Amino acid sequence: MTETVATVASVCRHVRSKNAGPFWITLDLPFADQAAFDRHAFAPQLQPAAIGALFDVDPAQVKHFAVPDLRVVKISYPRRHAQGGALERDMHGGQQYVRLLDLVLEPAPDANAHAGTGTDR
Amino acid sequence: MRTDNRRLPIAPRSMPSDRHPDPSDTHDTIDILVPIGALGMGVNADDVAAGITAGAHAIACDAGSTDSGPAYLATGLAKYSRDAVKTDLAILMRAQAAAGIPLLIGSCGTSGSDAALDWTHDIAREIAREEGLAPRIALLYSEQSPGAMAQCARTGRIAPLAPMTDAEPMRFEACDHIVALMGPEPYIAALEAGADIVLGGRTTDTAVLAAVPLMRGAGVGAAWHAGKIAECGGLCTERPRNGGVLIRVGAEHFDVLPLSPGNRCTVETVSAHMLYENSDPFLLHEPGGILDVTGARYVAIDDRSVRVTGSRFVPRPYTLKLEGAAGGAFQTLMLVGIQDRKVLADIDAFLVRMHEVLTARVRAAMGERAGVFDISLRPYGWNAVDGTPVAPGGAVPREIGLLFVATAASQGIATQIAKTCNPWLFHLPPEEGDAMPSYAFPFSPAEIERGQVFEFKLNHVVSVDDPAELVRTVFAARQESAHD
Repeated sequence: MTETVATVASVCRHVRSKNAGPFWITLDLPFADQAAFDRHAFAPQLQPAAIGALFDVDPAQVKHFAVPDLRVVKISYPRRHAQGGALERDMHGGQQYVRLLDLVLEPAPDANAHAGTGTDR
Repeated sequence: MRTDNRRLPIAPRSMPSDRHPDPSDTHDTIDILVPIGALGMGVNADDVAAGITAGAHAIACDAGSTDSGPAYLATGLAKYSRDAVKTDLAILMRAQAAAGIPLLIGSCGTSGSDAALDWTHDIAREIAREEGLAPRIALLYSEQSPGAMAQCARTGRIAPLAPMTDAEPMRFEACDHIVALMGPEPYIAALEAGADIVLGGRTTDTAVLAAVPLMRGAGVGAAWHAGKIAECGGLCTERPRNGGVLIRVGAEHFDVLPLSPGNRCTVETVSAHMLYENSDPFLLHEPGGILDVTGARYVAIDDRSVRVTGSRFVPRPYTLKLEGAAGGAFQTLMLVGIQDRKVLADIDAFLVRMHEVLTARVRAAMGERAGVFDISLRPYGWNAVDGTPVAPGGAVPREIGLLFVATAASQGIATQIAKTCNPWLFHLPPEEGDAMPSYAFPFSPAEIERGQVFEFKLNHVVSVDDPAELVRTVFAARQESAHD
């Protein structure tokens, strides 16, 4: 197989994660170009079920936003423990994005239907 | 110097609309100089001077947030050093006095608790004394007593925010400190009462910057959105560490431009900031309403300034967010470096065995006296940052730093646990029967008393009938000044 595998690292620019208040982590995935955004913004690997499994949190609380103007997907999930407790390992959540980088993104089942259709709020 | 506009009346509510995309046209905007993302990070005096020259009507920034964790709220101690805060505040107070424009600082002393606000006020008084300044300083206190908030919870005035689901009164009683995040109204009231400098307790970052534009009749949506974009100073520019920004807020738009001549704001840097530290990229909940930027449009007006239109502020019943924190258990640390190749060849198995041995040893040596305790082993250089399993087949690290964390009910017990574990952390062989290794302790004594663990306890909002209901405004006694 010589076809390029679409990992998050390969289709996004400077992925980042950060605390959003003491109880949430937010992930920003700016896609490299419009085609990558249209193809992968709604990939199953970025949906709440997959993100919930990856970070061991309740998928029902995971929020997925597509921001077409910025070609960004933003994902927010609640921390398992509030920021700064006895078990804290990443106070600002700034390293949590690394777990995303090697995810292989499949196209969304209906990628074409989503292209340029605004937000999914 | 524009010493005349400190007592300017509130501007009329109707303002000329945005028809002249000329960044030098400042007549129809209220201009706020935002020198830095947080007081104490290093204000640049040249940038402040540039913002004053550009016509700023006020200087505003915040001095804290929950960003750095619960200790600052639980203890009331500031994150930045006193010297760092004093150096920044002195630059801003000199500029305030020279230009005769208001200076607003929110979330003083990191947590915005009463003690942190008093700490900041003490620094301001010292600067005034040393510089011969005599500003009228208003102090806005927004710390709440746990008992009073528990009572609010009992009467149904407090609601939880996700992911929290309850507002049990006990939750509030368990806090050491609780602060309410103020909106802009107490700042506006203090300025209207004649304050030159307003030092605020905990406030939303946005509200501190939006206060003067709102007071002087700028567009409500534009004022709040401008506040959000500029809340971290230069973070909405190409060089985030290079100074602050000026926001120019009109009736239907705002412009944002960097203070530093070599820096730039672009459509991308400005629009991307709405994502920052924000769980929702379109909606921002503020006291008294929701900022909705779904329809916002960002346009470059020259090679370093961006104009934003289409921001909306949707009024909602007035609520103040509450933050609360308390101290809990205590921790003692040990750090040991390991280059032993046999250990590194199977770190996970070694750590499982180490944890079993340490736990058993504590139980055997200390028995009941250890109480409820936890031993956490975090191998830096392997998987300490997130604790998740490392995929097999990867590179073997050259060394790891193994952090030992004992958590117990008191500092004394946590330290006794560490001392009990010390010989095993030092000498546990990779496998039974191996020659006894000695791993690399960097310190003597090996254990480090880290202190108390602090925890955030609240993610709630309290309903109020009046924005100032939970705020206590105090005008500080004006100091004697040779210049007065």
